[in-house]
Amino acid sequence: MRDELLAAVDLSAYYGERKAVGNVSIAFRRKAVTALIGPSGCGKTTLLRCFNRIHELSFDARVEGSVLMEDQDIYSAGVDPMAIRRRIGMVFQRPNPFPTLSIVDNTMAYGGRGLSRAQKQERAERALRSAALWDEVKDKLRSSPLRLSGGQQQRLCIARAIAAEPEVLLMDEPTASLDPIASAVIEELMASLAERFTIIAVTHNMQQAARVSDVTAFMLADESGTGRLIEVDDTAKLFTTPSDRRTEDYITGRFG
Amino acid sequence: MASFAGARDRASSTRYKRLGRRRVYGHLGTALALGCATVAAAALLAILGYVVYQGIGAINWAFLTQLPHPVGVSGGGVGNGILGSLIIIGTATLMAIPIGLLTGIYLALFGRGAIAETLRFFSDVLSGVPSIAIGLFAYTVLVAPLKHFSAFSASFAFMMLMLPLLVRTSEQAIRSVPQSVREGALALGMSNARATLRIVLPTAMPAIVTALLLAIARVTGETAPLLFTAFGSQFWETNPSNPMAELSLQVFTYAISPYPSWQAQAWGGALLLIVAVFALSAGARFMLSRAMRGLEA
Repeated sequence: MRDELLAAVDLSAYYGERKAVGNVSIAFRRKAVTALIGPSGCGKTTLLRCFNRIHELSFDARVEGSVLMEDQDIYSAGVDPMAIRRRIGMVFQRPNPFPTLSIVDNTMAYGGRGLSRAQKQERAERALRSAALWDEVKDKLRSSPLRLSGGQQQRLCIARAIAAEPEVLLMDEPTASLDPIASAVIEELMASLAERFTIIAVTHNMQQAARVSDVTAFMLADESGTGRLIEVDDTAKLFTTPSDRRTEDYITGRFG
Repeated sequence: MASFAGARDRASSTRYKRLGRRRVYGHLGTALALGCATVAAAALLAILGYVVYQGIGAINWAFLTQLPHPVGVSGGGVGNGILGSLIIIGTATLMAIPIGLLTGIYLALFGRGAIAETLRFFSDVLSGVPSIAIGLFAYTVLVAPLKHFSAFSASFAFMMLMLPLLVRTSEQAIRSVPQSVREGALALGMSNARATLRIVLPTAMPAIVTALLLAIARVTGETAPLLFTAFGSQFWETNPSNPMAELSLQVFTYAISPYPSWQAQAWGGALLLIVAVFALSAGARFMLSRAMRGLEA
Protein backbone atom coordinates (compact mmCIF):
# COMPACT_ATOMS: atom_id res chain seq x y z
CA MET A 1 0.00 0.00 0.00
CA ARG A 2 1.43 3.31 -1.08
CA ASP A 3 1.71 6.05 1.45
CA GLU A 4 -0.21 8.54 -0.67
CA LEU A 5 -3.85 7.99 -1.56
CA LEU A 6 -4.71 11.12 -3.50
CA ALA A 7 -2.62 13.56 -5.50
CA ALA A 8 -3.21 16.60 -7.68
CA VAL A 9 -0.88 16.97 -10.63
CA ASP A 10 -0.59 20.39 -12.26
CA LEU A 11 -4.22 21.07 -11.40
CA SER A 12 -5.90 24.30 -12.49
CA ALA A 13 -9.52 25.30 -11.94
CA TYR A 14 -11.44 27.94 -13.85
CA TYR A 15 -14.70 29.84 -13.58
CA GLY A 16 -15.20 30.88 -17.17
CA GLU A 17 -12.07 32.82 -18.09
CA ARG A 18 -11.03 33.35 -14.48
CA LYS A 19 -8.34 30.99 -13.26
CA ALA A 20 -9.16 30.45 -9.59
CA VAL A 21 -6.56 27.79 -8.87
CA GLY A 22 -3.32 27.57 -10.80
CA ASN A 23 -1.03 24.61 -11.45
CA VAL A 24 -1.24 22.97 -8.06
CA SER A 25 0.63 19.73 -7.43
CA ILE A 26 0.20 18.15 -4.04
CA ALA A 27 -0.03 14.63 -2.61
CA PHE A 28 -2.15 13.67 0.38
CA ARG A 29 -0.95 11.15 2.91
CA ARG A 30 -3.19 8.22 3.71
CA LYS A 31 -5.05 8.43 7.03
CA ALA A 32 -3.62 11.82 7.88
CA VAL A 33 -5.32 15.18 8.29
CA THR A 34 -4.11 17.74 5.78
CA ALA A 35 -5.16 21.32 6.38
CA LEU A 36 -5.48 23.82 3.53
CA ILE A 37 -4.93 27.30 4.90
CA GLY A 38 -4.70 30.74 3.34
CA PRO A 39 -6.50 34.08 3.22
CA SER A 40 -10.00 34.50 1.77
CA GLY A 41 -10.12 34.12 -1.98
CA CYS A 42 -6.92 32.10 -2.25
CA GLY A 43 -8.71 29.22 -3.97
CA LYS A 44 -8.55 26.65 -1.19
CA THR A 45 -12.25 25.81 -1.32
CA THR A 46 -12.16 25.65 -5.12
CA LEU A 47 -9.18 23.29 -4.94
CA LEU A 48 -11.04 21.10 -2.44
CA ARG A 49 -14.08 20.99 -4.73
CA CYS A 50 -11.91 19.66 -7.55
CA PHE A 51 -11.11 16.52 -5.58
CA ASN A 52 -14.68 15.13 -5.72
CA ARG A 53 -15.58 16.72 -9.06
CA ILE A 54 -18.10 19.09 -7.48
CA HIS A 55 -16.31 22.10 -8.92
CA GLU A 56 -17.40 21.26 -12.45
CA LEU A 57 -21.08 21.52 -11.40
CA SER A 58 -20.76 25.29 -11.02
CA PHE A 59 -21.81 27.33 -14.01
CA ASP A 60 -19.06 27.61 -16.63
CA ALA A 61 -16.52 25.88 -14.40
CA ARG A 62 -13.80 23.55 -15.67
CA VAL A 63 -10.65 21.82 -14.55
CA GLU A 64 -7.28 21.21 -16.19
CA GLY A 65 -4.60 18.81 -15.05
CA SER A 66 -5.31 15.63 -13.17
CA VAL A 67 -6.22 14.23 -9.79
CA LEU A 68 -4.82 10.79 -9.16
CA MET A 69 -6.48 8.37 -6.81
CA GLU A 70 -4.31 5.30 -6.52
CA ASP A 71 -2.81 6.08 -9.95
CA GLN A 72 -6.19 6.46 -11.63
CA ASP A 73 -6.93 9.95 -12.96
CA ILE A 74 -10.43 10.80 -11.73
CA TYR A 75 -10.71 13.29 -14.59
CA SER A 76 -9.89 10.86 -17.38
CA ALA A 77 -12.60 10.03 -19.86
CA GLY A 78 -14.88 7.20 -18.85
CA VAL A 79 -14.60 7.82 -15.12
CA ASP A 80 -18.02 8.19 -13.53
CA PRO A 81 -18.05 11.23 -11.21
CA MET A 82 -20.75 9.55 -9.11
CA ALA A 83 -18.47 6.60 -8.42
CA ILE A 84 -15.69 9.01 -7.45
CA ARG A 85 -17.99 10.87 -5.07
CA ARG A 86 -18.81 7.63 -3.29
CA ARG A 87 -15.13 7.13 -2.56
CA ILE A 88 -14.53 10.79 -1.65
CA GLY A 89 -17.07 12.21 0.79
CA MET A 90 -17.61 15.86 1.57
CA VAL A 91 -18.69 18.01 4.52
CA PHE A 92 -19.71 21.57 3.71
CA GLN A 93 -19.13 24.93 5.31
CA ARG A 94 -22.68 25.27 6.58
CA PRO A 95 -24.56 22.23 7.87
CA ASN A 96 -26.81 21.10 5.00
CA PRO A 97 -28.97 18.24 6.27
CA PHE A 98 -31.78 17.30 3.88
CA PRO A 99 -34.80 19.12 5.37
CA THR A 100 -37.43 16.57 4.36
CA LEU A 101 -35.62 13.43 5.53
CA SER A 102 -35.54 12.17 9.09
CA ILE A 103 -32.29 11.96 11.03
CA VAL A 104 -31.78 8.30 10.21
CA ASP A 105 -32.78 8.76 6.56
CA ASN A 106 -30.32 11.63 6.30
CA THR A 107 -27.62 9.35 7.62
CA MET A 108 -28.41 6.69 5.04
CA ALA A 109 -29.14 9.15 2.22
CA TYR A 110 -26.36 7.74 0.04
CA GLY A 111 -28.61 4.76 -0.60
CA GLY A 112 -27.18 1.69 1.06
CA ARG A 113 -27.87 -0.46 -1.95
CA GLY A 114 -27.50 -4.17 -1.32
CA LEU A 115 -27.92 -3.86 2.43
CA SER A 116 -30.76 -5.51 4.29
CA ARG A 117 -32.98 -3.43 6.53
CA ALA A 118 -31.12 -4.59 9.63
CA GLN A 119 -27.76 -3.93 8.02
CA LYS A 120 -28.88 -0.41 7.12
CA GLN A 121 -29.92 0.25 10.69
CA GLU A 122 -26.63 -1.06 11.91
CA ARG A 123 -24.67 1.05 9.45
CA ALA A 124 -26.65 4.18 10.41
CA GLU A 125 -25.94 3.56 14.07
CA ARG A 126 -22.26 3.02 13.40
CA ALA A 127 -21.99 6.23 11.36
CA LEU A 128 -23.83 8.24 14.01
CA ARG A 129 -21.59 6.79 16.72
CA SER A 130 -18.49 7.63 14.68
CA ALA A 131 -19.79 11.17 14.33
CA ALA A 132 -20.26 11.38 18.13
CA LEU A 133 -23.96 12.02 17.64
CA TRP A 134 -25.62 8.71 18.51
CA ASP A 135 -26.26 9.38 22.19
CA GLU A 136 -27.92 12.70 21.41
CA VAL A 137 -30.27 11.44 18.69
CA LYS A 138 -30.90 7.74 19.41
CA ASP A 139 -34.36 8.50 20.84
CA LYS A 140 -35.44 10.72 17.97
CA LEU A 141 -34.06 9.01 14.87
CA ARG A 142 -37.34 9.54 13.02
CA SER A 143 -37.63 13.26 13.73
CA SER A 144 -36.54 16.17 11.58
CA PRO A 145 -32.87 17.17 11.49
CA LEU A 146 -33.92 20.82 11.58
CA ARG A 147 -34.66 20.52 15.30
CA LEU A 148 -30.99 19.79 15.99
CA SER A 149 -28.50 22.50 16.92
CA GLY A 150 -26.02 23.74 14.34
CA GLY A 151 -23.21 21.63 15.76
CA GLN A 152 -25.42 18.54 15.84
CA GLN A 153 -26.52 19.19 12.26
CA GLN A 154 -22.89 19.40 11.18
CA ARG A 155 -22.11 16.10 12.93
CA LEU A 156 -25.15 14.62 11.18
CA CYS A 157 -23.62 15.74 7.88
CA ILE A 158 -20.37 14.06 8.89
CA ALA A 159 -22.29 10.89 9.73
CA ARG A 160 -24.04 11.10 6.36
CA ALA A 161 -20.69 11.38 4.58
CA ILE A 162 -19.00 8.52 6.42
CA ALA A 163 -22.01 6.19 6.22
CA ALA A 164 -21.10 5.73 2.56
CA GLU A 165 -17.70 4.51 3.80
CA PRO A 166 -15.56 6.70 1.59
CA GLU A 167 -11.78 6.61 1.65
CA VAL A 168 -11.27 10.35 1.63
CA LEU A 169 -13.22 12.95 3.59
CA LEU A 170 -13.16 16.52 2.27
CA MET A 171 -14.11 19.14 4.83
CA ASP A 172 -14.77 22.71 3.72
CA GLU A 173 -14.38 24.91 6.81
CA PRO A 174 -16.54 22.52 8.79
CA THR A 175 -16.63 24.73 11.89
CA ALA A 176 -16.98 28.12 10.20
CA SER A 177 -20.62 28.52 11.18
CA LEU A 178 -20.36 26.99 14.66
CA ASP A 179 -19.73 28.38 18.12
CA PRO A 180 -16.42 27.54 19.88
CA ILE A 181 -17.82 24.64 21.91
CA ALA A 182 -19.45 22.97 18.91
CA SER A 183 -16.24 23.60 16.95
CA ALA A 184 -14.16 21.87 19.61
CA VAL A 185 -16.41 18.79 19.36
CA ILE A 186 -15.89 18.67 15.59
CA GLU A 187 -12.14 19.11 15.96
CA GLU A 188 -11.95 16.17 18.36
CA LEU A 189 -14.02 14.19 15.92
CA MET A 190 -11.62 14.95 13.08
CA ALA A 191 -8.76 13.47 15.09
CA SER A 192 -10.64 10.23 15.65
CA LEU A 193 -11.87 10.04 12.06
CA ALA A 194 -8.30 10.31 10.80
CA GLU A 195 -7.78 6.75 12.04
CA ARG A 196 -10.12 5.55 9.28
CA PHE A 197 -10.14 8.25 6.61
CA THR A 198 -7.78 10.44 4.68
CA ILE A 199 -8.97 13.91 5.62
CA ILE A 200 -8.44 17.11 3.68
CA ALA A 201 -9.81 20.13 5.53
CA VAL A 202 -10.01 23.75 4.45
CA THR A 203 -9.78 26.15 7.34
CA HIS A 204 -9.61 29.87 7.91
CA ASN A 205 -8.40 29.33 11.38
CA MET A 206 -4.67 28.78 11.81
CA GLN A 207 -4.98 27.62 15.42
CA GLN A 208 -7.41 24.99 14.21
CA ALA A 209 -5.00 23.87 11.49
CA ALA A 210 -2.21 23.67 14.06
CA ARG A 211 -4.39 21.64 16.45
CA VAL A 212 -5.99 19.10 14.12
CA SER A 213 -3.70 18.55 11.16
CA ASP A 214 -0.65 16.44 10.48
CA VAL A 215 0.26 18.25 7.30
CA THR A 216 -0.51 21.85 6.34
CA ALA A 217 -0.64 23.37 2.87
CA PHE A 218 -0.51 27.13 2.49
CA MET A 219 -2.16 28.82 -0.49
CA LEU A 220 -2.09 32.41 -1.66
CA ALA A 221 -3.60 34.28 -4.59
CA ASP A 222 -1.11 35.89 -6.98
CA GLU A 223 -1.51 39.36 -8.54
CA SER A 224 -4.05 38.08 -11.07
CA GLY A 225 -6.17 36.43 -8.38
CA THR A 226 -5.14 32.88 -9.18
CA GLY A 227 -4.68 30.67 -6.13
CA ARG A 228 -1.20 29.15 -5.90
CA LEU A 229 0.16 26.54 -3.58
CA ILE A 230 3.03 28.18 -1.71
CA GLU A 231 4.22 25.52 0.69
CA VAL A 232 3.30 22.09 2.05
CA ASP A 233 4.96 20.57 5.08
CA ASP A 234 4.40 18.76 8.34
CA THR A 235 2.19 21.03 10.42
CA ALA A 236 4.74 21.31 13.23
CA LYS A 237 7.45 22.37 10.81
CA LEU A 238 5.31 24.73 8.73
CA PHE A 239 4.15 26.64 11.79
CA THR A 240 7.58 26.89 13.42
CA THR A 241 10.12 27.07 10.61
CA PRO A 242 8.35 27.79 7.33
CA SER A 243 10.66 27.82 4.35
CA ASP A 244 8.80 30.49 2.37
CA ARG A 245 8.79 34.10 3.41
CA ARG A 246 5.10 34.53 2.50
CA THR A 247 4.10 31.61 4.70
CA GLU A 248 5.93 33.18 7.59
CA ASP A 249 4.25 36.53 7.01
CA TYR A 250 0.85 34.84 6.97
CA ILE A 251 1.21 32.67 10.05
CA THR A 252 2.70 35.52 12.05
CA GLY A 253 -0.35 37.57 11.13
CA ARG A 254 1.34 40.15 8.98
CA PHE A 255 -1.49 39.94 6.41
CA GLY A 256 -4.69 38.07 5.73
CA MET B 1 -21.54 81.17 31.30
CA ALA B 2 -24.84 82.96 30.94
CA SER B 3 -24.40 83.58 27.23
CA PHE B 4 -23.48 79.93 26.70
CA ALA B 5 -26.66 78.80 28.44
CA GLY B 6 -28.64 81.31 26.41
CA ALA B 7 -27.24 80.00 23.15
CA ARG B 8 -28.07 76.49 24.20
CA ASP B 9 -31.63 77.51 25.04
CA ARG B 10 -32.07 79.19 21.70
CA ALA B 11 -30.69 76.18 19.88
CA SER B 12 -32.88 73.74 21.72
CA SER B 13 -35.99 75.85 21.26
CA THR B 14 -35.61 75.80 17.44
CA ARG B 15 -34.93 72.12 17.69
CA TYR B 16 -38.08 71.58 19.69
CA LYS B 17 -40.06 73.63 17.22
CA ARG B 18 -38.78 71.45 14.41
CA LEU B 19 -39.40 68.33 16.45
CA GLY B 20 -42.97 69.50 17.10
CA ARG B 21 -43.55 69.92 13.38
CA ARG B 22 -42.12 66.48 12.66
CA ARG B 23 -44.35 64.99 15.27
CA VAL B 24 -47.42 66.56 13.63
CA TYR B 25 -46.34 65.25 10.21
CA GLY B 26 -45.70 61.84 11.72
CA HIS B 27 -49.18 61.67 13.24
CA LEU B 28 -50.74 62.95 10.02
CA GLY B 29 -48.96 60.26 8.02
CA THR B 30 -50.04 57.53 10.40
CA ALA B 31 -53.63 58.78 10.35
CA LEU B 32 -53.65 58.88 6.56
CA ALA B 33 -52.28 55.33 6.24
CA LEU B 34 -54.71 54.07 8.85
CA GLY B 35 -57.58 55.80 7.10
CA CYS B 36 -56.72 54.23 3.74
CA ALA B 37 -56.31 50.82 5.33
CA THR B 38 -59.73 51.20 6.93
CA VAL B 39 -61.33 52.12 3.62
CA ALA B 40 -59.74 49.10 1.92
CA ALA B 41 -60.71 46.73 4.70
CA ALA B 42 -64.20 48.21 4.91
CA ALA B 43 -64.75 47.72 1.17
CA LEU B 44 -63.68 44.09 1.43
CA LEU B 45 -65.77 43.46 4.51
CA ALA B 46 -68.75 45.21 2.95
CA ILE B 47 -68.60 42.97 -0.12
CA LEU B 48 -68.13 39.84 1.94
CA GLY B 49 -70.84 40.85 4.40
CA TYR B 50 -73.28 41.71 1.64
CA VAL B 51 -72.70 38.43 -0.18
CA VAL B 52 -73.17 36.50 3.04
CA TYR B 53 -76.29 38.52 3.91
CA GLN B 54 -77.84 38.01 0.48
CA GLY B 55 -76.64 34.50 -0.13
CA ILE B 56 -77.02 32.69 3.15
CA GLY B 57 -80.79 32.49 2.78
CA ALA B 58 -80.52 30.66 -0.53
CA ILE B 59 -78.22 27.95 0.78
CA ASN B 60 -79.79 24.74 1.92
CA TRP B 61 -79.38 21.07 1.15
CA ALA B 62 -81.62 21.21 -1.91
CA PHE B 63 -79.63 24.16 -3.28
CA LEU B 64 -76.43 22.17 -3.03
CA THR B 65 -77.76 18.91 -4.44
CA GLN B 66 -80.58 19.61 -6.90
CA LEU B 67 -80.80 20.54 -10.54
CA PRO B 68 -81.97 24.04 -11.44
CA HIS B 69 -85.73 24.36 -11.73
CA PRO B 70 -87.34 26.17 -14.63
CA VAL B 71 -88.45 29.75 -14.11
CA GLY B 72 -91.63 29.90 -12.06
CA VAL B 73 -91.03 26.59 -10.29
CA SER B 74 -89.72 27.38 -6.85
CA GLY B 75 -86.72 25.60 -5.30
CA GLY B 76 -84.03 23.87 -7.29
CA GLY B 77 -80.30 24.24 -6.90
CA VAL B 78 -76.91 24.36 -8.43
CA GLY B 79 -75.87 20.78 -7.75
CA ASN B 80 -74.92 20.20 -11.37
CA GLY B 81 -72.89 23.42 -11.35
CA ILE B 82 -70.92 22.32 -8.32
CA LEU B 83 -70.28 18.92 -9.92
CA GLY B 84 -69.32 20.62 -13.19
CA SER B 85 -66.91 22.96 -11.42
CA LEU B 86 -65.24 20.00 -9.75
CA ILE B 87 -64.92 18.11 -13.04
CA ILE B 88 -63.73 21.08 -15.12
CA ILE B 89 -61.28 22.46 -12.55
CA GLY B 90 -60.11 18.96 -11.59
CA THR B 91 -59.35 18.08 -15.21
CA ALA B 92 -57.58 21.40 -15.72
CA THR B 93 -55.48 20.80 -12.60
CA LEU B 94 -54.55 17.27 -13.66
CA MET B 95 -53.37 18.60 -17.02
CA ALA B 96 -51.61 21.65 -15.59
CA ILE B 97 -49.65 19.85 -12.85
CA PRO B 98 -47.33 17.73 -15.01
CA ILE B 99 -46.79 20.39 -17.68
CA GLY B 100 -46.32 23.25 -15.22
CA LEU B 101 -44.17 21.31 -12.80
CA LEU B 102 -41.87 19.81 -15.43
CA THR B 103 -41.45 23.20 -17.10
CA GLY B 104 -40.65 24.72 -13.70
CA ILE B 105 -38.09 21.99 -13.04
CA TYR B 106 -36.54 22.54 -16.45
CA LEU B 107 -36.28 26.30 -15.92
CA ALA B 108 -34.90 25.96 -12.41
CA LEU B 109 -32.28 23.32 -13.19
CA PHE B 110 -31.33 23.87 -16.82
CA GLY B 111 -32.82 27.32 -17.29
CA ARG B 112 -30.02 29.08 -19.10
CA GLY B 113 -29.87 30.24 -22.65
CA ALA B 114 -32.31 31.36 -25.27
CA ILE B 115 -34.88 28.56 -24.98
CA ALA B 116 -35.34 29.08 -21.24
CA GLU B 117 -35.52 32.86 -21.56
CA THR B 118 -38.12 32.52 -24.30
CA LEU B 119 -40.14 30.15 -22.14
CA ARG B 120 -40.01 32.57 -19.22
CA PHE B 121 -40.99 35.49 -21.42
CA PHE B 122 -43.99 33.72 -22.89
CA SER B 123 -45.01 32.44 -19.52
CA ASP B 124 -45.05 36.01 -18.21
CA VAL B 125 -46.97 37.20 -21.26
CA LEU B 126 -49.48 34.38 -20.85
CA SER B 127 -50.11 35.36 -17.26
CA GLY B 128 -51.14 38.81 -18.44
CA VAL B 129 -53.47 37.70 -21.23
CA PRO B 130 -57.12 38.42 -20.35
CA SER B 131 -58.98 35.27 -19.51
CA ILE B 132 -61.61 35.97 -22.12
CA ALA B 133 -58.91 35.90 -24.81
CA ILE B 134 -57.81 32.51 -23.52
CA GLY B 135 -61.43 31.41 -23.69
CA LEU B 136 -61.60 32.57 -27.29
CA PHE B 137 -58.45 30.63 -28.05
CA ALA B 138 -59.96 27.48 -26.55
CA TYR B 139 -63.08 28.15 -28.57
CA THR B 140 -61.08 28.44 -31.78
CA VAL B 141 -59.01 25.33 -31.14
CA LEU B 142 -61.44 22.97 -29.47
CA VAL B 143 -65.03 24.22 -29.91
CA ALA B 144 -65.26 25.59 -33.44
CA PRO B 145 -63.57 22.64 -35.21
CA LEU B 146 -65.65 20.09 -33.28
CA LYS B 147 -68.79 22.15 -33.73
CA HIS B 148 -70.01 21.86 -30.14
CA PHE B 149 -69.29 23.29 -26.73
CA SER B 150 -67.54 21.01 -24.28
CA ALA B 151 -66.39 20.87 -20.70
CA PHE B 152 -62.99 19.76 -21.91
CA SER B 153 -62.48 22.98 -23.84
CA ALA B 154 -63.19 24.82 -20.57
CA SER B 155 -60.62 22.68 -18.77
CA PHE B 156 -58.16 23.47 -21.54
CA ALA B 157 -58.74 27.22 -21.09
CA PHE B 158 -58.37 26.89 -17.32
CA MET B 159 -55.15 24.93 -17.77
CA MET B 160 -53.77 27.78 -19.88
CA LEU B 161 -54.67 30.18 -17.06
CA MET B 162 -53.01 28.02 -14.41
CA LEU B 163 -49.81 27.27 -16.32
CA PRO B 164 -47.93 30.57 -16.02
CA LEU B 165 -48.56 30.73 -12.29
CA LEU B 166 -47.45 27.13 -11.82
CA VAL B 167 -44.39 27.42 -14.04
CA ARG B 168 -42.96 30.53 -12.45
CA THR B 169 -43.76 29.64 -8.85
CA SER B 170 -42.47 26.08 -9.10
CA GLU B 171 -39.30 27.44 -10.71
CA GLN B 172 -38.93 29.88 -7.83
CA ALA B 173 -39.69 27.19 -5.26
CA ILE B 174 -37.04 24.87 -6.65
CA ARG B 175 -34.52 27.70 -6.95
CA SER B 176 -35.13 28.66 -3.34
CA VAL B 177 -33.89 25.25 -2.20
CA PRO B 178 -30.37 26.12 -1.05
CA GLN B 179 -27.68 25.15 -3.52
CA SER B 180 -25.82 23.56 -0.61
CA VAL B 181 -28.63 21.01 -0.15
CA ARG B 182 -28.38 20.02 -3.80
CA GLU B 183 -24.61 19.84 -3.70
CA GLY B 184 -24.84 17.79 -0.51
CA ALA B 185 -26.91 15.23 -2.38
CA LEU B 186 -24.59 15.15 -5.40
CA ALA B 187 -21.53 14.91 -3.14
CA LEU B 188 -22.95 11.65 -1.79
CA GLY B 189 -22.74 10.20 -5.27
CA MET B 190 -26.42 10.62 -6.11
CA SER B 191 -27.29 11.07 -9.77
CA ASN B 192 -28.75 14.38 -10.87
CA ALA B 193 -32.17 12.80 -11.31
CA ARG B 194 -32.12 11.14 -7.91
CA ALA B 195 -30.91 14.29 -6.15
CA THR B 196 -33.72 16.23 -7.79
CA LEU B 197 -36.49 13.71 -7.14
CA ARG B 198 -35.51 12.60 -3.67
CA ILE B 199 -34.02 15.74 -2.12
CA VAL B 200 -34.68 18.97 -4.04
CA LEU B 201 -38.33 18.44 -5.07
CA PRO B 202 -39.56 17.31 -1.64
CA THR B 203 -37.88 20.33 -0.09
CA ALA B 204 -39.65 22.62 -2.55
CA MET B 205 -42.97 20.75 -2.35
CA PRO B 206 -44.85 22.87 0.23
CA ALA B 207 -44.17 26.00 -1.84
CA ILE B 208 -45.26 24.20 -5.02
CA VAL B 209 -48.50 23.03 -3.39
CA THR B 210 -49.11 26.61 -2.25
CA ALA B 211 -48.78 27.78 -5.84
CA LEU B 212 -51.11 25.03 -7.02
CA LEU B 213 -53.80 25.98 -4.49
CA LEU B 214 -53.57 29.63 -5.52
CA ALA B 215 -53.81 28.67 -9.17
CA ILE B 216 -56.94 26.61 -8.46
CA ALA B 217 -58.38 29.51 -6.46
CA ARG B 218 -57.75 31.78 -9.40
CA VAL B 219 -59.64 29.69 -11.95
CA THR B 220 -62.43 28.96 -9.47
CA GLY B 221 -63.39 32.61 -9.75
CA GLU B 222 -63.18 32.72 -13.55
CA THR B 223 -66.32 33.03 -15.65
CA ALA B 224 -65.35 34.65 -18.92
CA PRO B 225 -63.65 31.69 -20.63
CA LEU B 226 -66.61 29.46 -19.77
CA LEU B 227 -69.08 31.51 -21.81
CA PHE B 228 -67.97 29.95 -25.06
CA THR B 229 -66.41 26.72 -23.85
CA ALA B 230 -68.38 24.92 -21.13
CA PHE B 231 -71.45 26.95 -22.11
CA GLY B 232 -73.63 25.58 -19.29
CA SER B 233 -76.22 22.85 -18.99
CA GLN B 234 -79.48 22.17 -17.21
CA PHE B 235 -78.64 18.52 -16.57
CA TRP B 236 -76.35 16.33 -14.56
CA GLU B 237 -73.61 16.26 -17.15
CA THR B 238 -70.45 14.26 -16.53
CA ASN B 239 -69.18 13.68 -20.06
CA PRO B 240 -66.38 16.17 -20.66
CA SER B 241 -67.06 16.29 -24.39
CA ASN B 242 -70.53 17.76 -23.78
CA PRO B 243 -71.53 21.23 -22.57
CA MET B 244 -71.47 21.28 -18.80
CA ALA B 245 -72.84 23.46 -16.00
CA GLU B 246 -70.34 25.37 -13.87
CA LEU B 247 -70.99 27.27 -10.68
CA SER B 248 -69.61 30.68 -11.59
CA LEU B 249 -71.28 30.44 -14.99
CA GLN B 250 -74.59 29.73 -13.25
CA VAL B 251 -74.06 32.73 -11.00
CA PHE B 252 -73.52 34.86 -14.08
CA THR B 253 -76.61 33.55 -15.87
CA TYR B 254 -78.82 33.86 -12.80
CA ALA B 255 -77.53 37.29 -11.81
CA ILE B 256 -78.39 38.90 -15.16
CA SER B 257 -81.79 37.19 -15.32
CA PRO B 258 -84.90 39.24 -14.58
CA TYR B 259 -86.32 36.70 -12.09
CA PRO B 260 -85.96 37.45 -8.36
CA SER B 261 -85.81 33.75 -7.45
CA TRP B 262 -82.85 33.23 -9.80
CA GLN B 263 -81.15 36.37 -8.54
CA ALA B 264 -81.42 35.02 -4.98
CA GLN B 265 -79.80 31.81 -6.16
CA ALA B 266 -77.02 33.81 -7.83
CA TRP B 267 -76.18 35.27 -4.42
CA GLY B 268 -76.12 31.79 -2.94
CA GLY B 269 -73.76 30.61 -5.68
CA ALA B 270 -71.53 33.64 -5.18
CA LEU B 271 -71.31 32.84 -1.49
CA LEU B 272 -70.27 29.25 -2.31
CA LEU B 273 -67.55 30.52 -4.65
CA ILE B 274 -66.22 32.92 -2.03
CA VAL B 275 -66.15 30.17 0.57
CA ALA B 276 -64.24 27.90 -1.84
CA VAL B 277 -61.67 30.58 -2.68
CA PHE B 278 -61.34 31.45 1.00
CA ALA B 279 -60.68 27.82 1.90
CA LEU B 280 -58.09 27.47 -0.90
CA SER B 281 -56.28 30.65 0.16
CA ALA B 282 -56.26 29.62 3.81
CA GLY B 283 -54.83 26.25 2.76
CA ALA B 284 -52.18 28.03 0.70
CA ARG B 285 -51.20 30.20 3.67
CA PHE B 286 -50.92 27.13 5.87
CA MET B 287 -48.72 25.35 3.33
CA LEU B 288 -46.56 28.44 2.89
CA SER B 289 -45.90 28.70 6.62
CA ARG B 290 -44.81 25.07 6.51
CA ALA B 291 -42.58 25.81 3.54
CA MET B 292 -40.88 28.67 5.35
CA ARG B 293 -40.21 26.43 8.33
CA GLY B 294 -38.63 23.85 6.03
CA LEU B 295 -36.27 26.38 4.49
CA GLU B 296 -35.10 27.93 7.74
CA ALA B 297 -32.26 25.45 7.95
